[in-house]
Amino acid sequence: MIIELLHIIIPILIVATSLVAVLLRDLMASAISLAAMSLLLSLEFYILQAPDVAIAEAGVGACLTTAILVLAIKATARMEEES
Amino acid sequence: MMSKIVKTIAGISFPFITIYGLYVIAHGHLTPGGGFQGGAIVASGLILLLVAYGTDWIIEKIKESHLSILESLGALGFIGVAFLGLIFGGMFFTNFIAGTSMLFGGIPTSTAANINTGGTLPLMNFAVGLKVIAGLFAIVLVMAYAISKEEGE
Repeated sequence: MIIELLHIIIPILIVATSLVAVLLRDLMASAISLAAMSLLLSLEFYILQAPDVAIAEAGVGACLTTAILVLAIKATARMEEES
Repeated sequence: MMSKIVKTIAGISFPFITIYGLYVIAHGHLTPGGGFQGGAIVASGLILLLVAYGTDWIIEKIKESHLSILESLGALGFIGVAFLGLIFGGMFFTNFIAGTSMLFGGIPTSTAANINTGGTLPLMNFAVGLKVIAGLFAIVLVMAYAISKEEGE
């Protein structure tokens, strides 16, 4: 019962965090939102009984990608320009 | 370069992250995970130090050429164990340690997990873990170093 509920809630949260990452003007907040999406995605992989993929997703998606994005934002502009 | 709070928390949590990553590598033949996953976890801890303490502090401790040597050693170890299987067992990737009295040579007797099994698989996990740690850390280190050089000019 709880597992079925999680299968409904976690994909909704993944879509919500992805939308937040697209809509925000502050790119640093977008990077943090993408990290939250990666963490939720690894939780989804875990309840789909793929713990191997979940560990790889949590390590690479939530930490390494975020570090690379933060370094890239530090070298360029933080706020997105108005089009 | 971050504030003192970030530095302290990074310094406290770095040993725990490293130990957990090494645990995932060493138990790769028993539990989920293995060389790549454990290596990514250890590299995450190193990158936490890089972001918290700044590039200049890290680049004094380790150069990217040393990381390149470590990455090549990982690849050589993996292919070396495979060729040792060709020499001792007759075929490429033969598990020549399994069933002997050497380290990791035991045969599991019950359903309980025993770390002293697996033959050449733990050795290959160690080699892949070394390669992944050095490779992933070198990518981010070179990128951060280039950014700090550009800001300095």
